[in-house]
Amino acid sequence: MEKLLHDLVLSPEWYFTAARGLTLILIVMTLAGYSVLLERKASAWIQGRIGPNRTIHPLIGWIPFVGTFLAKGGFIQPAADGGKFLFKEDALPGHVRKFYYVLAPIIALAPALAVLVMLPFGEFLYEGKRYAISLTQGADVGVLFMFAISSLGVYGIALAGWSANSKFPFLGAVRGAAQLISYELAMGLSVLTVFLATSAPGQDHGLSLVAMVNAQSGAWNILTQPIAALVFLICVFAETNRHPFDMPESETDLVGGFHTEYGAFKFGIFFVAEYSHMIIGSTLFILMFLGGWHVLPWMPTVGEGWIGSLIGVATFFFKLCFFLFFFVWVRWTLPRFRYDQVMRIGWRVLLPIAVLNLLAYFAWYAIRG
Amino acid sequence: MAIKVVERRPLTLAERTYLPQILAGLKVTWDNMVRPSVTLQYPEERPTIPKNYRGVPTLVMDPNGREKCVSCQLCEFVCPPKAIRITPGEISENATNAHVEKAPKEFEINMLRCIYCGLCQEVCPEEAIFLQSQYSLTGLTRESMVNNKVKLYELGGTLPDGHHKWDKKKEEAEKQAGGGH
Repeated sequence: MEKLLHDLVLSPEWYFTAARGLTLILIVMTLAGYSVLLERKASAWIQGRIGPNRTIHPLIGWIPFVGTFLAKGGFIQPAADGGKFLFKEDALPGHVRKFYYVLAPIIALAPALAVLVMLPFGEFLYEGKRYAISLTQGADVGVLFMFAISSLGVYGIALAGWSANSKFPFLGAVRGAAQLISYELAMGLSVLTVFLATSAPGQDHGLSLVAMVNAQSGAWNILTQPIAALVFLICVFAETNRHPFDMPESETDLVGGFHTEYGAFKFGIFFVAEYSHMIIGSTLFILMFLGGWHVLPWMPTVGEGWIGSLIGVATFFFKLCFFLFFFVWVRWTLPRFRYDQVMRIGWRVLLPIAVLNLLAYFAWYAIRG
Repeated sequence: MAIKVVERRPLTLAERTYLPQILAGLKVTWDNMVRPSVTLQYPEERPTIPKNYRGVPTLVMDPNGREKCVSCQLCEFVCPPKAIRITPGEISENATNAHVEKAPKEFEINMLRCIYCGLCQEVCPEEAIFLQSQYSLTGLTRESMVNNKVKLYELGGTLPDGHHKWDKKKEEAEKQAGGGH
């Protein structure tokens, strides 16, 4: 078992490499699909409804108990939604810039999948050495890479809005770009304090996500740096264009926002991209502030060997699920901000707070030595 | 009128950060989430119809199973969308309800026109037409949406009735003919 796990994560053989890449993409795509289901279900619960509870294939519905359970839980719904998007007529409006119009959803999704390369979500011990469960072992620039690439997702939005050649998508795209620029600053500054906490002088791997998680085997960063965590959390909401910051979409004033002119599978890709970005944002927060795969503060592992690793991965997955739920929870709690309010919060509230917080931690670490 | 000035106190720091309000809001949505859902899964679950519900108009029979409508055509006249069409008819001499003066030969309510206002029920002097609890009426053709007399009695059934107006009239008439009083 341990050997297999080791091979699966570390072996340089091409088939193992391909297998882990495909597995990760498969997991994240499925997760994105099912977070749509979670969104619909949780929205329904919050609004006193039931949510999707009828979708079932006759062959599956025929199985007693399991079939009913799958139907009631709406577990076939993502497949049905995806199938619908796939088989709808893929209309190409006459007034769009065709090349960029087709390119935009791809550009929206590609960065979300690319950052998976750096994503560690567990750890295991093999012959006395600790390895991260990740596509790339020991990459020191993990955080920088993830920030750099995941922000590229806004190009998809900008391109979609521009190429659609109509006013609402264009407004949505402009808003999306402005919002991303405004919140990227505060986000970066809030993360710097985590770097300060993680990388002691003379230590390598300062920017590695694995090192960050391991530095939290005692107190989690959310306990030691609550303000940075809060700023980062708000910025994650803004970066993923989720309520209350969903300026590029804001269906009440912009019809459908940047994807007004999109339909069928191209819209589906935008949808998956949005949820992939949510997953990426949540993982970043979990890795940097919520202790990654550590079970509880001051309780890094439960069990030993591969059981411990599995529990770690499960913990990580649980935190991720909670976070995806949290996105929905906040969505139905807070009304959408006005555009000027978004800008004011970004520049005049979050940025100064992040800077002051950073200075305070600088001073603290300088005095403590 | 005295003018009352509402005092607006400045927001406290906690209120200006907006965070306690967000937490309170999160609690509200959470409470809503754990509350059981109010959805009625329609085709399987049916709503309970209140007693005074105005559903599809129907014709009812008296406890003896005889039709109550006497074809006075008041409902036809009062009907705002002119959905009711009555063809009056005689009652044959041998019938058990021969003492009633008239009965409809045909009674049609066009449910494509009916607006469920209940004026027909209100105007009926014989308490023969009632808007009962049926709320779901569908059809595939225009003809099928016109309820004829048979259908109307089928929908209406028999309702309890304490008046027995025509039976009493008959008794009265028989007494007088027999030289009572």
